[in-house]
Amino acid sequence: MIIKGKVWRFGDNIDTDAIIPARYLNTSDPKELAKHVMEDADKDFPAKAGKGDIIIAGSNFGCGSSREHAPIAIKAAGLQAVVAKSFARIFYRNAFNIGLPIFESEEASEKIREKDEIEIDGDKGIIKNLTRNEQYSAKPIPPFMQELISAGGLIEWTKRKLKAS
Amino acid sequence: MTITEKILAAHCNRKEVSPGDLINAKVDLVLANDITAPIAITEFKKTGAKDVFDKGRIALIPDHFAPQKDIKSAEQCKALREFSREHDLSLYFEVGRMGIEHALLPEEGLVVPGDLIIGADSHTCTYGGLGAFATGVGSTDVASAMATGECWFKVPESMKFIYYGKLNKWVSGKDLILHTIGDIGVDGALYRAMEFEGETIQTLPMHGRLTMCNMAIEAGGKSGIIVPDKITEDYVKGRAKRPYKFYTTDKDARYVETREYDCSKIPPTVACPHLPSNTKPAAELFEITIDQVVIGSCTNGRIEDLREAAEVIRGRKVNPNVRMIVFPATQKVYKQAMKEGLFDIFIDAEAVVSTPTCGPCLGGHMGILAKGERAIATTNRNFVGRMGHPESEVYLSNPAIAAASAVLGRIATPEELK
Repeated sequence: MIIKGKVWRFGDNIDTDAIIPARYLNTSDPKELAKHVMEDADKDFPAKAGKGDIIIAGSNFGCGSSREHAPIAIKAAGLQAVVAKSFARIFYRNAFNIGLPIFESEEASEKIREKDEIEIDGDKGIIKNLTRNEQYSAKPIPPFMQELISAGGLIEWTKRKLKAS
Repeated sequence: MTITEKILAAHCNRKEVSPGDLINAKVDLVLANDITAPIAITEFKKTGAKDVFDKGRIALIPDHFAPQKDIKSAEQCKALREFSREHDLSLYFEVGRMGIEHALLPEEGLVVPGDLIIGADSHTCTYGGLGAFATGVGSTDVASAMATGECWFKVPESMKFIYYGKLNKWVSGKDLILHTIGDIGVDGALYRAMEFEGETIQTLPMHGRLTMCNMAIEAGGKSGIIVPDKITEDYVKGRAKRPYKFYTTDKDARYVETREYDCSKIPPTVACPHLPSNTKPAAELFEITIDQVVIGSCTNGRIEDLREAAEVIRGRKVNPNVRMIVFPATQKVYKQAMKEGLFDIFIDAEAVVSTPTCGPCLGGHMGILAKGERAIATTNRNFVGRMGHPESEVYLSNPAIAAASAVLGRIATPEELK
């Protein structure tokens, strides 16, 4: 899996209320949610972020609520991936379950600047900064999460499990 | 093993598990609400499962935007109702029977000690107060568990928190957990099980234990847990709808970190905007004026919380610059509060009392803040825009501090009231 795109930077502890405020949670329509992605962290973000862009953040990205609407909003807005120093655990689960690629890399989180162009090799866990000609490593994706990804997400994995039983 | 490891091992038929082990475990109860269940229902249908794993172990509770605040919310609540009817679920709670999920399920004895519970709501960790392993997950995890009765977990490392010393006046479980989050930060227990113990916990009443475990997620915790004891037994007997089991922690159990707190040094504590870890003693915040007070939520909407607020505000008036809104967490709490005359106290003080709902805690309805407004609330989060406009502010406290603040129109302690 190769992901290439322009980067938008955010800080530490970006909570799920910032990713998708609860005032929009009276729907779970991905298109509606995408219109407000990251709005309370940066009100201009839904307008300026383009398809294929990548979010870089600090530690504890996605803390707070269990709302799956958060990774759904990011994915539906056409953002390709999130790279952060660390992720809150429910967000981490949710991202894998719905198929939003996420990567943990302290180095990338610190060194990548806004609007840098980066290329992520998901299989090798390598993040290349094309703007600065630097390279960082991401934490390997745990084997079970890889199994989920190759199954096509948790629902496909569950389907297989139900068939097998 | 720790209590957490023992519960997890028992639910995957293993004698032993260690932190880092990946397990597929049986769940005793799965829950979701009107925000998270609609996605879970859609995803459940995609699994191809014809039936749910157990009609009596799936709780669907419309509490966030219920009573339905607008057409879209009504559609979401309807999805829960229809799915519950279609699958003949016994734990669907219509408005009138519902309460805030994490207050309702313990009160009804539907979650019990020794359980393994997952919920598509981050505050599912509340039930650790009963000596259960309970954790928040997303809607897709709930969908999978509704089909299979199982969920995958990485066995968490455990972190021990020891509390000793006598609690100061007007200090409760809320202050202990705010103080703890202030100490370790909002990711201080990331992925970990937080085990609370010590002589202060041994005498902490159940509502305080539930409040502490409720906010484990605000420190990034996977769960919060307290080893069950006599207080637990007194709480669950007569309510438990299923057999329960008390697990304990072994003397040689391993903890990744241990922290100790002298409770006699913990004052009434407030978390300032915009993180629950941004804590200060209430006494250092007297210059902060407020526009709204919220008493309620899954954190502090139980009868004891309402009594505490009523004790402070009895015979007094809410400041003319302030609106105070009280949310009993369940219908039972509501009725009990009415019976005890607490509503008279609140209404005479010129506060309003609402039907149970999560309401303003997440900026849903029933008390939303305008730009620049400030609230003190007994809720659990004070993120940017949490209770309304992105430029509003939320301070978190216990019910006594919130009630005293309502009277003086600024952050205050009950001692200041004449």
